[in-house]
Amino acid sequence: MGFREEIRAWLLEACPPSLRVPARSEAEEVWGGRRATWPSADARLWLERMAARGYTAPTWPREYGGAGLSDEDARVLEEEVRAVGCRPALRSLGLWMLGPVLLRYGTEEQKREHLPRIARGEIRWCQGYSEPGAGSDLASLATRAVRDGDVYVVNGQKIWTSHADLADWMFCLVRTAPPKHEGISFLLIDMASPGVRARPIRLISGASPFCETFFDEVRVPARNLVGREGQGWEIAKALLGEERRAMSRLREQRTDDEEPLESLAARYGVGDDPLLADRIAAANLEHLAIKLTLRRGADPSVLKVAVTEAAKRRRELRVAITGFQGLGWEGEGFSPEELAITRDWLRSRALTIEGGSTEIQLNIIARRVLGLPE
Amino acid sequence: MTWTEEQIALRRTAREVAGRPWAELARLGFAGLTLPGGDGGFVELGIVLEEQGRKLAAAPFLSTVVLGGGALRGRPELVARIVAGETLVALAHDEGPRHRREVSARFDGGRVASDKTMVLDGNTAEWFVVSTVDGLALVPASAASVTPLSLIDGRDAARVRFDGAAAEPVAADLGALLDRGAAALAAEMLGAASEVFERTVEYLKTRRQFGVPIGSFQALKHRAAQLHIELELTRSVVWAALHALDDGAADAPMLCSAAKARATDTFIAAAAEAVQMHGGIGVTEELGIGRYLMRARVAAELLGDAAFHRRRLLR
Repeated sequence: MGFREEIRAWLLEACPPSLRVPARSEAEEVWGGRRATWPSADARLWLERMAARGYTAPTWPREYGGAGLSDEDARVLEEEVRAVGCRPALRSLGLWMLGPVLLRYGTEEQKREHLPRIARGEIRWCQGYSEPGAGSDLASLATRAVRDGDVYVVNGQKIWTSHADLADWMFCLVRTAPPKHEGISFLLIDMASPGVRARPIRLISGASPFCETFFDEVRVPARNLVGREGQGWEIAKALLGEERRAMSRLREQRTDDEEPLESLAARYGVGDDPLLADRIAAANLEHLAIKLTLRRGADPSVLKVAVTEAAKRRRELRVAITGFQGLGWEGEGFSPEELAITRDWLRSRALTIEGGSTEIQLNIIARRVLGLPE
Repeated sequence: MTWTEEQIALRRTAREVAGRPWAELARLGFAGLTLPGGDGGFVELGIVLEEQGRKLAAAPFLSTVVLGGGALRGRPELVARIVAGETLVALAHDEGPRHRREVSARFDGGRVASDKTMVLDGNTAEWFVVSTVDGLALVPASAASVTPLSLIDGRDAARVRFDGAAAEPVAADLGALLDRGAAALAAEMLGAASEVFERTVEYLKTRRQFGVPIGSFQALKHRAAQLHIELELTRSVVWAALHALDDGAADAPMLCSAAKARATDTFIAAAAEAVQMHGGIGVTEELGIGRYLMRARVAAELLGDAAFHRRRLLR
């Protein structure tokens, strides 16, 4: 039996039937952590089974909780998970972003401490990057970490920290010296440390995962420094590449799970509008081109712009198709699905801002890929 | 997606010989790539066509290898002559002012009566495969009346009239031929778009105004980066279509249309931006950047424009 057949047989047996339909809302997603909320007993079982085989982190070495698969076999696993219709067992910034960076830059002790817990979904991570004064100009960040014996004392503020209120640990960019890029370090901070406080931010789409996070004399063991002092910017960029790749893949999978635009248009009585039909065809073509590019592999900034700009156009199109029914905020007169389409549209406006705005990505492509002068 | 050693070597050779006479390309085996007895498939043909596109060469690959020759599986002696580079065959299909799949020509009692236009390589072909409502028909050029069309991009095209010419039936699927043609043309367009874009980026690095390279201006950087993204997406679709043809995949027709739709929009955008970013010299005949714009316009209309192919993608 080939790997693909073996995987499929195992998935059909191991994945509970209740998890073989797409999640209807974010409440059904599994993010793990010390304070994990489980949408169902099946969801917990599914994560345990996947983690036991190392399939939550398929390419990581076995000793760190992974399955030690090649990239090719990991792709087969992902394809089969999609084909069988299994929901992701675990969503995790630890899996998508921190893990690959720790494998490359972490000490043996850091890998053994953090990677298996990430793979099993025991610790939930958040990302401490942006600050009120450091958005697109991320390297101007000012949160200070001052060495005091075997600890760093951290003071400052982060913003747009997704799920900081629910996360157990944060991977955080801090300033250990004045020079702009060379003074940045990469620090792992336990959110339970005294002096850490997180506060959620409301967006135009309503409640959001985003938070402000405040650090007041927070003492962080120096062994939680990843890489060298001053190597933070290099590590931060490597992690941003992972983030852009992971987010692009997830976004397109989400589009795959949505009702096709043609059928949505038919249900709202505009299925025979030729102008709308061309917009739908263009959106489908764009989605296809992006999926094929994800499969082929491309620069993460290229993927990030393509995926998020397409997602924004697609959400604009969905809300336009629903007409008056896409104008509701809450309550009577609108189905839950219609309200979700509207909220998704509002939420989508942030996609081309977060994770490095489109304009920043275009700067990166111009410099790094095309070699255009500063 | 990775290239084999052979494919990398093929691209090198194809780049070197693009623009050389047909007989020479045939000696390298290029005329038989997708035909019986040939060595290769649509992926290999795509590599050769990308390189043709880069140099704006227009050797008769589309007409003779894909569209005309592709219909002649039942005529091995003719295919052998095509592969040897000894004869050219054109598909006479279009009848109106824009590409359609449907035709009105008749093939009745062994004779073809029809007025065809935009027949690629119609001036040099020895044989015509004519699409009719009654199926495909093979007619020698000596039995046709050929009027050359002088196109903006210099591609060989003609109006071809058949006044009850004696013809033989040919068994082939017209739709499949046109799908393959669309993918092959998309590969040529991808190559041309890549070349004109790369030349533009080079120009942005070297051309100085206000004391600095113009490529340091963000207004131009962002447009160049956007084009790079479009090219990357189009590249994925074109290569996927060529692979699907070689694999005989069920979604090959859909991917062929996706490839032609994307290649059309991308090539037009790359050529138009190239002219604008080159400034005054971009519209001179001497520099030749404008020739990509003309090739883009012609290629856009051939075998169906972007809207034509997008329509085929609707579920």
